[in-house]
Amino acid sequence: MISQADQRYRFVYKPLLFLACSVPLAWVLAAVCNLTIGTHLPAPGLGVDPVRRMLGIFGHSALNLLLVTLCVSPLRVLTGNARLLRLRRMLGVWAFTYALLHFLTYVGPFQGFSWSAIVKDLVKRPYITIGFTALLMLLALAITSTNGWMRRLRRHWQSLHRLVYVATALGVWHYWWQVKKDIREPLLYAALATMLLGWRLWRRQRDALRAARAAPRAAPRAAPPASVPATSNSALPTAPERT
Amino acid sequence: MRTPKLPHIRPSEITAERYFRMRRGLLASALGLAGASLIPASGRAAPGAPAATPAAGAAALRYTRNPHFVAVDKPNTYEEITGYNNFYEFGIDKTDPAANAGSLRTRPWSLTIAGEAEVTGRYNLEDILKAHPLEERIYRHRCVEGWSMVIPWVGFPLGDLLKRFRPTSRAKFVEFTTLLDPQQMPGQRRGVLDWPYVEGLRIDEAMNPLALMVVGVYGRELPNQNGAPLRVHLPWKYGFKSGKSIVRIRFSARQPRTTWPAAWPDEYGFYANVNPNVDHPRWSQATERRIGEGLFAPRHPTEMFNGYGEQVASLYQGLDLRRNF
Repeated sequence: MISQADQRYRFVYKPLLFLACSVPLAWVLAAVCNLTIGTHLPAPGLGVDPVRRMLGIFGHSALNLLLVTLCVSPLRVLTGNARLLRLRRMLGVWAFTYALLHFLTYVGPFQGFSWSAIVKDLVKRPYITIGFTALLMLLALAITSTNGWMRRLRRHWQSLHRLVYVATALGVWHYWWQVKKDIREPLLYAALATMLLGWRLWRRQRDALRAARAAPRAAPRAAPPASVPATSNSALPTAPERT
Repeated sequence: MRTPKLPHIRPSEITAERYFRMRRGLLASALGLAGASLIPASGRAAPGAPAATPAAGAAALRYTRNPHFVAVDKPNTYEEITGYNNFYEFGIDKTDPAANAGSLRTRPWSLTIAGEAEVTGRYNLEDILKAHPLEERIYRHRCVEGWSMVIPWVGFPLGDLLKRFRPTSRAKFVEFTTLLDPQQMPGQRRGVLDWPYVEGLRIDEAMNPLALMVVGVYGRELPNQNGAPLRVHLPWKYGFKSGKSIVRIRFSARQPRTTWPAAWPDEYGFYANVNPNVDHPRWSQATERRIGEGLFAPRHPTEMFNGYGEQVASLYQGLDLRRNF
């Protein structure tokens, strides 16, 4: 039995979210078509230096979506709406997609497929090394985001997907490191990421304290509570919640 | 304060250098790559000027084309040159200067000459410019960030201007200060850099005939976002060495404290000569992206001194360019 709310998520919210996530990509694609094959698609254009603009749009979109992905759990707790978790996978996969597009823009238009220059950058430039590391992490998370992998990895899935915090931190660091002088934006990203991670640590700490108080004679280190999907009537298995 | 009369420039002071030989330029002329169809000469509009048409608002200048500095590469369009700028006084983004520079008032403009020179004082820019015949030179511009452009500047040799003030033997350096006025330059309301922007050169670098005092681009008065009404361009150095919207020139015995090296000494040096062999700590300088070549254009190899070694390499003999980056 699928509730009306579930249907709304499946047929309205998820497709809408998909569309919203694809806006930056659609913009760039339209602009690139206008530039290269002379179409007249309605797109704001990429300015005098399209390569740099593309790097910026894709990179920012990846960071933005990573932060939005990390907002899902707090929002669920705040609103008590467990269905929100069903949007998280899509957000995460889009974040990876933009990180990949950012990298491909760097490889192709920016470096002109000069592999020697790219390898040199990866080895010599720490901010590129950390950006690439973050991309590899997101790749692992995107691959294992399917239901099949969730089943196969079981409880390890959750541990693995905690890498998203590391990837976000590296992504913000990557951005911060290559800004020339004005650090306002990277600072904002860092502040948001810290808040989102801090909230989780705070909750863990609080839960651990509560558990210790409730069962003083039990083992001092309480195992993290096994996550149970809050809505068992869903057709799709819901990703276990990360807190 | 009594301001001495502005000295006239002796023609003999200019001409010798004006026809300074430049093999690259001669070669280009010989090959017929003068780009003449692109560039209006002697103030005449080029017939059927292509996409590079400047904005109608900017006043046309009278100038001659310097045959030694013509385009080897295709010049960037007016839109590119005036729409993609690093001019932090008007904001951080490359498009900020074009959007925000309208608040700059370039008339009247006064230029103060100070320091180790016989003639110092504050002068009206128009009075200063009267003595200098303008010429067009097409220069390659390389930004420290790894991109480049080709720009048809209109200006006159920097040395011609500096000599008029008769720098003394104590004048080993020359310093250029950009206007400080947060009212007109909204970017200065934030402390991104230590305002005002200060740049400087060794006096022999400044006197090199390649150093250009710029008042226009594409045959028209310089738009504000490009450093109106008066800026320097030093094609063998990274772009940040070329001070814009200059209000003060000071001759000094000591090396001036310039803005970027002061803010970030391990990344930006006083010399900032274009050098493919010395990387910026965070990125390679071996190659550059030429703005305007599209999405899939290959990068260009960066040349030592941006390809102007024949004119300037002798200035740095015996200097370790790896340490003095």
